[in-house]
Amino acid sequence: MSLLTVQDLSVAIGLLPLLDRVSFSLERGEVLGLVGESGSGKSLTAMALMGLLPLIGGRITSGRVSFDGIDLTRLPEAEYRTLRGQRIALISQNPMTSLDPILTVGAQIDQASRIHAGLSPKAARARSLDLMRQLRIPEAAAVHGHYPHQLSGGMKQRIVIAMALAGDPDLIIADEPTTALDVTIQAQIIQILCDLVAERGLALLLITHDMGVVAQACHRVSVLYAGRGAETGPVRDIFARPRHPYTKALIGCIPQEGQAPGSLVGIPGMVPAALAYPKGCRYHPRCAIAAPDCRTDVPTGSIVDASGAVAFCHHPLEAGHV
Amino acid sequence: MSDTILRFDGVSRDFSSQKGFFGGKRTMRAVDSLTLDVPRGKVTGVVGESGCGKSTLARLALHLLKPTAGHVCFEGNDLAGLTPAALRRQRRHMQMVFQDPYSSINPRFTIRDAVMEPFQVHGVRHTRAEAKDKAARFLEMAGLDPQLAERYPQQLSGGQKQRVGIARALALEPDLIVLDEPTASLDVSIQAQIIALLADLKTRLGLTYLFISHDLGLVRYFCDRIVVMYLGAAVEILPSTDAPHRHPYTRTLMDSAFLPDPERRKTVTAMTGEIPSAFERPPGCAFAPRCSLASSRCYAEKPVLLTTERHPVACHHPLD
Amino acid sequence: MAVLTALRAAIASPRGAPSAAILALAVTAAIAAPWLAPYPYAEQNLAGAMMEPSAAHLLGTDEFGRDLLSRIIYGARVSLGVAVTAISLSVMIGLVLGAVAGYLGGWVDRVLMAIADVTWSFPEILIALVLIAILGPGLSSAGIAITIGYLAQFARLTRSQIIALKRETYVEAAISIGSGHVHVLARHLIPNALTPVIVAGMLAVGDAIILEATLGFFGLGAQPPLPSWGALMSSGVAQIYLAPWVILFPGLVIAVTVIAINLFGDALIDALAIRNRLKDR
Repeated sequence: MSLLTVQDLSVAIGLLPLLDRVSFSLERGEVLGLVGESGSGKSLTAMALMGLLPLIGGRITSGRVSFDGIDLTRLPEAEYRTLRGQRIALISQNPMTSLDPILTVGAQIDQASRIHAGLSPKAARARSLDLMRQLRIPEAAAVHGHYPHQLSGGMKQRIVIAMALAGDPDLIIADEPTTALDVTIQAQIIQILCDLVAERGLALLLITHDMGVVAQACHRVSVLYAGRGAETGPVRDIFARPRHPYTKALIGCIPQEGQAPGSLVGIPGMVPAALAYPKGCRYHPRCAIAAPDCRTDVPTGSIVDASGAVAFCHHPLEAGHV
Repeated sequence: MSDTILRFDGVSRDFSSQKGFFGGKRTMRAVDSLTLDVPRGKVTGVVGESGCGKSTLARLALHLLKPTAGHVCFEGNDLAGLTPAALRRQRRHMQMVFQDPYSSINPRFTIRDAVMEPFQVHGVRHTRAEAKDKAARFLEMAGLDPQLAERYPQQLSGGQKQRVGIARALALEPDLIVLDEPTASLDVSIQAQIIALLADLKTRLGLTYLFISHDLGLVRYFCDRIVVMYLGAAVEILPSTDAPHRHPYTRTLMDSAFLPDPERRKTVTAMTGEIPSAFERPPGCAFAPRCSLASSRCYAEKPVLLTTERHPVACHHPLD
Repeated sequence: MAVLTALRAAIASPRGAPSAAILALAVTAAIAAPWLAPYPYAEQNLAGAMMEPSAAHLLGTDEFGRDLLSRIIYGARVSLGVAVTAISLSVMIGLVLGAVAGYLGGWVDRVLMAIADVTWSFPEILIALVLIAILGPGLSSAGIAITIGYLAQFARLTRSQIIALKRETYVEAAISIGSGHVHVLARHLIPNALTPVIVAGMLAVGDAIILEATLGFFGLGAQPPLPSWGALMSSGVAQIYLAPWVILFPGLVIAVTVIAINLFGDALIDALAIRNRLKDR
């Protein structure tokens, strides 16, 4: 059984439905990329998994989220609290706002160990230093006593990762963990996350808008568009043979090495606002191959590949179509 | 007409900040004796990480910031030597598209006001009908529905606003446009649209671009020449996008840029050291603390940008 | 326009509705005083002096038998007129000084703000007393004293707005297309800085009414027989035991008007969502 199974998850904020029957699953030791542009519902999915929807006035309207056999949709808040941090950890986009400016970063990692692993102050400190070394933080003992403002963005994000690891979680949800960082630092952080998954058998849900990061780091990928699943499957198969026109277009938005000038065109139009979602397939107004049924019928997921890739498209691209 | 439209000649720019009320001034060198030619009709890309001075460079190019040392010459004229009135006239020929489309349009202006502002500034008068036609023409050039002219910027998406910024830059028919990370705050699908638009406008209007970006992949796709910057200095100038890089920092940048191809994953080597502070510049090569090839010479002696047999590179141990 | 929408929202809010009604009444009284007042404000009737409120004189009469209601209605014209005119002038001058200081920076800024800080460090009443000592008592002196007393506040507020707005990309964009200083200030900076300054000005009108009343109370503002609310209270002091209404009603009118101004201003601040922009005041 998968560590995390999300099935037909629908989320609404107030009366506004934002996420519509999204499904994916994640195994231990696996990195799943959740990809989409802004407004696709990626961050909302992360909040739903963390049980944080009430903070933004949202709720799960239907579907099932099962984590290691626990049904998260029915979990009381008190039990959720023991789950968060200890078994599921969140790394957010902006390390600057995840850290308390008036505490040393060491104290913040220590605190995470003490709360989640019940360690003594001394043991917590030893563990923090150990975690910091694993994350290749140079001079860990010195950095332990620093305040967040004394550290660079990349170093702060490593501290946030150390805090996430302090509870020894089974699942890490990383919501755009490198967006605010420089490319060289991004590469380092992504490498660290991938190494952690391999060494510790963690499951990592990597939320990103960058197909380059997905290609580099993920085993499987799930593409979202306007609150719905578009395509999901193994990274190699999806990149080699995208079946959903949106997946193909999204990959095509990133310049390849040696790409001919003028061949980068982007996707016409823009992601619709939640109040103006079109009927049928939500991608059809931007889709080059939209047919009449795309305008009226919502596509259901169908397995399009021996690898198990699923595309939510009435007219999935043929293998030779690429 | 010379082939060089814009020339930086030993340009430096310092910023100072007061350290407390009684403390002395701290001076930071954002751009450090940069010499660079921007060839006419080409796209010159400037790539680097945050704090490398690329945005300062963009502002120096248009004399929005005055250089602390050196000269910035546009069409052979030193911009610092112009009277304020002459500088304002010169600005017709050099325009800028800004990184943040969300704050680059006055929220009290309609889109038409924003696009027509350059004419107002330069005293070009239009009747109401002329203004309407002209604004519509520039909006269409930027790929926007002319009906958006009546709207306010808050009613537009980020991509649309960036197109308005481009329409405004085009209004005075400039020769040079400085693009300061024009797609950094946009979604990838919109980024590709904007790049396609810029490429099309360049060929149609014969423009010269100075394209500032942190995204090496994008720069390699869009630009004819690439200037790699590190801590305020140009460390390598690649004459073409397929020229093999010679500076170790350029290699690090290349290795850090992930391709959308799972068959070609990068091996990311752990890098020690941090970017030095621009307040306390090391005496030698700024990249040395992070460089695997650094020798004692690199820590002692600052490499200068020398035109080698192939292309300019500032490194004591360039790669082959 | 956003301002009109906000004004409408402020008028509709629970705090704003009653205060807007009171302000409308006060302004109407000031404008239409000759038609609304039942008697001429200076008409004496010594036989009917210090009469209690009655059907003929709704708020009674003063020691010269003048109708108090008429004097309060005319007093609205004087008190509100001076406060609004003086504050408007103060806002306009403060706006220009603050904008220039904030935009140019450097020594211009330092000199202007040093002067502003010095005047700010004294209470307005003290500045007013010094100015009146120089200019002599009278309504115009009181007006000038109010204008100068509040100048620093508006100059400082404008300056802080301008400094914040200067960093907006659209200002840089305007400079990059070749705009001169006047264009940048007049088209981009001042219009965007205006709203909080005007709201602060509105709130200051309340303070100015009290300042004018204080000066009037000490006989330094409007000179008899011209009625201002403060002067009316002043003349009531002597009769406080015999005819308490002569001091009571003008005092009440001042209090209610000032509270209404503050409540309405507060509602407007919320409707415009500019509370944080006013903290530099």
